[in-house]
Amino acid sequence: MQPFQPVLLEAVGIPDGHGLASYRSRGGYAPLEHVLRDKKPADVIETVKASGLRGRGGAGFPTGLKWTFLPKDHPGPIYLCVNADESEPGTFNNRILMEDDPHQVLEGIVLSAFATRASTAYIYLRYEYPRSWHRLQGAIDEAYAAGLLGRRILGSDFSLDVHLHRGAAAYICGEETGLIESLEGKRAWPRIKPPFPAIEGLFRKPTVVNNIETMACVAQIFRRGVEWFRSIGVPADPANPRDPGSYGPKLYCLSGHVERPGCYEAPLGITARQLIDHHGGGVWKGRKAKAVIPGGISMGLMTEAELDTPLDFAGPGKVGCLGLGTAAVVVIDDATSIVDVLHNSARFFAHESCGQCTPCREGTSWSLRILERIRAGKGRLADLDLLLEMGNTMGMMPGSTICGLADGAAWPMKNAIKKFRGEFEDYIRRTNPSGWMVTDPVPALQIVGAH
Amino acid sequence: MPTVIVDGREIEIGAHERLNCIEAARRAGTEIPHYCWHPGLSVVASCRMCLVETGSRDAATGKITMVPKLVPGCQTPAKDGTVIVTDSPLVRESRARVEEALLIDHPIDCPICDKAGECLLQDYHFQHGQPQRRADLQPFHSRRRDVGPTVTLFVDRCIMCTRCVRFTREVSGTAELMVTSRGAKEEIDSFPGFPLDNKLAGNVVDLCPVGALGDKDFLYQQRVWFLKREANVCGGCATGCSIVTEHNQDTVYRLKPRENPHVNRWWMCDDGRYGWHHLHDPARVAEVTRRAPGGESAVDWPDVVSRLRADLAAAGGLAVAVSPMLTVEEAWMLATVAREIDPSALLALGPVPHSGTDETYPGGFTIRAEKCPNRRGVEAVLAHFGPGISRWDDLLDHVRSGRAKAVWITAAYPAPWIDAAAAAPFAGVSCLVVQDLFASPLSELDGGGAVRWRLPAVGFAERAGTWVNAGHRAQCFEQAIRPPAGVWPEGRLLWNMLGRRGLYDPAVIRAEIAAAVPALAVLGDDLPATGLDLRILQLAATESATHT
Repeated sequence: MQPFQPVLLEAVGIPDGHGLASYRSRGGYAPLEHVLRDKKPADVIETVKASGLRGRGGAGFPTGLKWTFLPKDHPGPIYLCVNADESEPGTFNNRILMEDDPHQVLEGIVLSAFATRASTAYIYLRYEYPRSWHRLQGAIDEAYAAGLLGRRILGSDFSLDVHLHRGAAAYICGEETGLIESLEGKRAWPRIKPPFPAIEGLFRKPTVVNNIETMACVAQIFRRGVEWFRSIGVPADPANPRDPGSYGPKLYCLSGHVERPGCYEAPLGITARQLIDHHGGGVWKGRKAKAVIPGGISMGLMTEAELDTPLDFAGPGKVGCLGLGTAAVVVIDDATSIVDVLHNSARFFAHESCGQCTPCREGTSWSLRILERIRAGKGRLADLDLLLEMGNTMGMMPGSTICGLADGAAWPMKNAIKKFRGEFEDYIRRTNPSGWMVTDPVPALQIVGAH
Repeated sequence: MPTVIVDGREIEIGAHERLNCIEAARRAGTEIPHYCWHPGLSVVASCRMCLVETGSRDAATGKITMVPKLVPGCQTPAKDGTVIVTDSPLVRESRARVEEALLIDHPIDCPICDKAGECLLQDYHFQHGQPQRRADLQPFHSRRRDVGPTVTLFVDRCIMCTRCVRFTREVSGTAELMVTSRGAKEEIDSFPGFPLDNKLAGNVVDLCPVGALGDKDFLYQQRVWFLKREANVCGGCATGCSIVTEHNQDTVYRLKPRENPHVNRWWMCDDGRYGWHHLHDPARVAEVTRRAPGGESAVDWPDVVSRLRADLAAAGGLAVAVSPMLTVEEAWMLATVAREIDPSALLALGPVPHSGTDETYPGGFTIRAEKCPNRRGVEAVLAHFGPGISRWDDLLDHVRSGRAKAVWITAAYPAPWIDAAAAAPFAGVSCLVVQDLFASPLSELDGGGAVRWRLPAVGFAERAGTWVNAGHRAQCFEQAIRPPAGVWPEGRLLWNMLGRRGLYDPAVIRAEIAAAVPALAVLGDDLPATGLDLRILQLAATESATHT
């Protein structure tokens, strides 16, 4: 593998790398000065579009394109919401960016706000990140003091206020319209679309919601240029006109059963096997991987045979996963029961389902209770079909829910059962020798709970 | 005209109508099942029961392109060329799954649930559900907690459609109800110390598609399949909400609002909703009594017709209070009878009860301070008979000055309306007829040597006829229940006093009124269920005048 010089993570390991002075010494805020002096918002959008930057929050939507959905000549206000509610299990790259290089994020925010003509930006921060909170707030204060935020930034006509908002610990607040509802002080129930946030978002005004890592990428694109950004990653598939390509560096969060878990920066398109072997030092204890989560549990599971899949925006989809997601790669070794993995996943989604749409509210809870029963030795083969049916019908893609949380709950369910059906069947036959073949309704367990 | 294709059937909708797929399908006679959507509330599209397949037909080529997934019918607008498929296997399977999901944690305690029989969960289960329960759970909790003085919540029956929450936020504007917790554990609740206590609270029970919200006034009183329903109009205030009186064996059990876009939309207030209890008050006047120097005696109804007329005629100058609780027809007959007895009889509008000020809620619903349903209707009749419209004070003047020797007061007020001091001036009249629901200082006034009649009146559900509300809207309604045994409604007595044959028929009187009174001419035709604005002919006349 070619060595790759970290860019987004360049501040990691530098003493006081999170401070303004350190950031400036690395060339930070110089591009902002240049943009505010010489560029127009449309130029910034064009640059980001040309870079091919796709949103790092999970869906991979082209960032520049998203910005163009804002209404033209809107009298304002337009809002920029920065999604730092990083709650996808296994994901921690935003945290590292916020803790170790908050100014990189802030510069991206100012540039993005300038491009979208937003005069207020909100950073919606996950509650469980106290250090990020302190570091970000410290950086915001430094930036205000240095004239990098506030009225007439760096002497230009552009003004921007950044507010750091701490959430109250709910996965659903990471869904963009759930985040907006929560920012408005309401229960974070995702909104029905249309209208999309770009037309009617926060406080019913045009709103752009972007991820923290996307902001950092924006800052780097302006520091290092579009050519640099496009030189990294996987170009668009010429055979697929709908593939915008996967350009730029990406922060992969490697965790689970590996020797060296951590956040690694690599070009988009690194394979899961390269990531695990090269960066992670291989599966721990000399074992083999049984399954790998490609980008947060809601993206589903890859088998060991699928580990050569490139982790770009198009890759995981080719092996039946939902997508790259947050690029949180979780390795599950071959000593782990896949039943336990799925149970753990179901427990998470049953706990985090916001409860708005019937199929998700009841489906996540029911699937958890089925898996609890299977683990209690009362499983039946018929349960697998039921879980699979839920997996296939629950979510925004089949149309049965408002937001993608249910898709995230469904994907590991159907991936696990399709790819590891043999193990599930063996488990059920072994633990329930007298009842595995029964198809009648079974009595419930007395104690059921999601915690 | 825009064309919508529902299950292959083309229907036309209005050029400027903004319909969703549920409404458009309804036009085509197809019911798309839904829980969370309600025309009077915001769209949340969360129950997912109304999922349908949609597409669009290209106007030029006629080619139909379908959306490759299910969409909520409530959220999807029906426009020209919209294709709606409500009966495909995909849609049917999806409905069955939603029904199954809703029943996973539902106690299924229909035998003890008040909603059974009018429950959407029940109905949709039979229409769209699957025959076998696949869930392996024991959900048989049935927790109950009060959310307010009039409403109780059966927590586990709730399907989280949030109609009640949205109602308190959008229509009553009081926002007492909320959703707590998350996922399958979430519940409807009120914040401690802030119970659901507003004058529109009862509507959340009507909105609840399942048995989760119960009205304590109705709870366990009657199975809904025993109830008969009669379209009525609320007599509680001058708003005149369209209602349905639900009754069985001449007993009212509850009132529900009836949709009327011109008056109350889908709502009614709790004052009106619970304002039927006086109908079944044992203290009601049920017999006719006549007190005269010879003593007190009960009079049979057929005798009342002749003896009342004789007493009033014998006394001389007549003054009549026409209650704003009476229907237009009754007021007309009363005025006619009075002028027959004494051609110069004073016809005065009875006391108009007021309480507080008009209360308008954020959703546009207004509770009027004027607590009677038909002041405008009675005034229209009185204006016809003339001279002018006399008031209660005019009647008192006549009594005090001795011009009124005989006074006939129709009251029928559900609440006490006159005290001893106000009744005192009537002590001197030689014939006093009080027709009321309850005994009052006036009806019990000592006669001395004079004649005192006490006649029963009837309540709103026991009447038939027409009321005209504060917005000039005339609404006709039929009698829902019979009055207490033996009591003749005012209409029947007056009909007989006019010497009419057969049963009292308000429609006959209405036709006569329409022919005689231009201001009430619209009453000549059958009125639509939502009533008609009395000014419609005037408006039409002005409009044609301006056009020509």
